[in-house]
Amino acid sequence: MTNMLEVKNLSVAFPSRDGPVRVVRDVSFSLGRERLGIVGESGSGKSQTGRAILGLTPSNGTVTADHLAFDGIDLRGASSSTWRQLRGRRMSMVMQDPKFSLNPVMTIGRQIVEAYRRLGRKSKSEMREKALEVLSSVQIRDPERVFDAYPHELSGGMGQRAMIAMMLVGEPDLLIADEPTSALDVTVQLDVLRILDDLVRDRGMGLIFISHDLRLVSSFCDRVLVMYAGRVVEEIAARDLHNAQHPYTCGLLHCLPKIDGGVRPLPTLERDPAWLA
Amino acid sequence: MTASNTKGLISVRDLGVTFGHGTNEVKAVRGVSFDVAQGESFGIVGESGSGKSTVLRAICGLAPTSAGTITFQGEALKAPRQPAFYRDVQMVFQDPYASLHPRHTIDKVLSEPLAIHGLDDPEGRVERALEDVGLGQGFRFRFPHQLSGGQRQRVAIARALILEPQVLLLDEPTSALDASIQAEVLNLLDALRHKRGLTYVLVSHDLAVVAHMCERLVVMQHGREVEELTRSALQHHEATQEYTRNLLVASEGFKAKGTST
Repeated sequence: MTNMLEVKNLSVAFPSRDGPVRVVRDVSFSLGRERLGIVGESGSGKSQTGRAILGLTPSNGTVTADHLAFDGIDLRGASSSTWRQLRGRRMSMVMQDPKFSLNPVMTIGRQIVEAYRRLGRKSKSEMREKALEVLSSVQIRDPERVFDAYPHELSGGMGQRAMIAMMLVGEPDLLIADEPTSALDVTVQLDVLRILDDLVRDRGMGLIFISHDLRLVSSFCDRVLVMYAGRVVEEIAARDLHNAQHPYTCGLLHCLPKIDGGVRPLPTLERDPAWLA
Repeated sequence: MTASNTKGLISVRDLGVTFGHGTNEVKAVRGVSFDVAQGESFGIVGESGSGKSTVLRAICGLAPTSAGTITFQGEALKAPRQPAFYRDVQMVFQDPYASLHPRHTIDKVLSEPLAIHGLDDPEGRVERALEDVGLGQGFRFRFPHQLSGGQRQRVAIARALILEPQVLLLDEPTSALDASIQAEVLNLLDALRHKRGLTYVLVSHDLAVVAHMCERLVVMQHGREVEELTRSALQHHEATQEYTRNLLVASEGFKAKGTST
C-alpha cells in the first residue's frame, strides 16, 4: 500500500516578541486510506498540523518540513495554482463550528453550488441536482428545505452535515476534520461520525480526525497520534490505547470521569518538563 | 444515597418557564419537579435546548417563572430575589472567558460581592478565598486575560464561595475546559463540598461528569423531565426511558457498524 500523505519533520512557527514560537515541532507521520486521529489539549499544535498540510497556515507563520507530499506532489512551496488544484478537489477540511464556518448571508444551496462551479461549467439545474444529491448523501432527510435555508435556520448537527456535504463536492481523497463534532450534542455527534465512517468506507477516503477527546478518537480511528506542546509524544493503534506507554497519554485517558464509577478524586495530569525536551 | 424522606432544601414543583409572547412564545421548561436535600449533589442532564440551564437560572432568579413554585428552606421564592437569598445561593457560569469582567482585577471581582453584602474583613476573605481554590496570593492583582481557562474557572468558584453560601448552582462548570483541567476543577468542587457541607445543583450535557459528581440526577429533553435516577441506577444501566439509554450508549463513544464490543 502506498501512502497518500507523507509528513516528515513538519514544523510551524509564529513570530512573537521573544522570537519565533514553534507551535508544531518535528511532526512525522504517513497516512494511507485510513482514519488517523490527532489528539491533544488546546495549544498542543494539533489544529496547526492539519492546517499546515492544507497550506492554510496564517501568513505570519512559517512552515518547514523535510518532506511533505500528498500523492507524490511536493507541498512545500507549492504555487497557488497547485493549491487550487488540490484544495476542495483532492483534499478538504471540515471545521469545528458550522456557525462560524458557513457564510451567514448565503443559502446552503448557493454555497454548495459555488463549490461545484469551481470544478467546471455545468448548467444551473444540473448543479442543483448534484447539490441535492450530496446533501442526501450526508443523511439530510429534507434536502430541498436545507438547500434553500440560511445557516442560522439549521441546527448545529444539520449545519455540520451541510458543511461535510460541501467538502464532499470535489470527492476528495483526503478529508481533514478539525474537531468536527465538538460543538454538537452527544447523540448528534454519533450521527455525524457515522456519516464520516461510511464515507471513509465507501469512498476509500483518508481521514485525519483532530480532536481533544481521546476516548472518542480511540473508538473511531484506526491509529492515534498524541500531541503535547507541538510534538508527537506517542503514536499508537487505537485498540492498543489501554497499553499506552507515555505518561501523558495515560494521564489524558485516566483523567476523564467514568459513568461506571471510578477513582475519586480523579487522577490529574502531572506534566513533566522533560516531555518538552 | 440520601434518604428520600429528608426535607428538601430546594424544592421545585411543576416549574414552567416561558419566553416571548404570541407567535414568538417559547416554552423552555414545561413542568419540571425535583427536590434537593441539604448536603446533596443533584445533577441535571440534557442536550442543548433541553431547558436544563433555564431551570438553574430560574432557581437563581435569572429566568422568569411562569408556572409552578420554587421553595428554598421551606419558603416560596419571590421575584425579584432578596439580597439574603444570594448569601445562601450562588451560581458558577459555564464560560470563564465570559463570566469575569475583563477590566477588573481578580481582587476587584472577589471584593464586589463582599461590598454588596457589607461583610467585614474583605482583605482576609479575599486571601482565604484564593487559597481555598488553590490559587496563591500572586493571582490577586492580575486581570482575567492573564489567567488560563482553568485558573479563571477557579476564580469564578472563589467568587461564588466568598459569601459562604450553602448552595452552589453550577452551570456546565467544566465544558469549556480541557479534559485534564476538567479533572482538576471537578476534584476541587468535590473537596470543597466535603469540607464545607455544600449543596450542589450541577447542570451538564456530559453524563459521565454528572455520574461522577452527583448522587441523584434528572434527565431532561425538550423542556420536560424524562426521568429521575440515582447514581447507582445509572451505573447499573437501569434507565427505564429510551432517551436515557440512548444517551448512555452515545457517551460510550463511537461503535462502527457490525462490530460488537
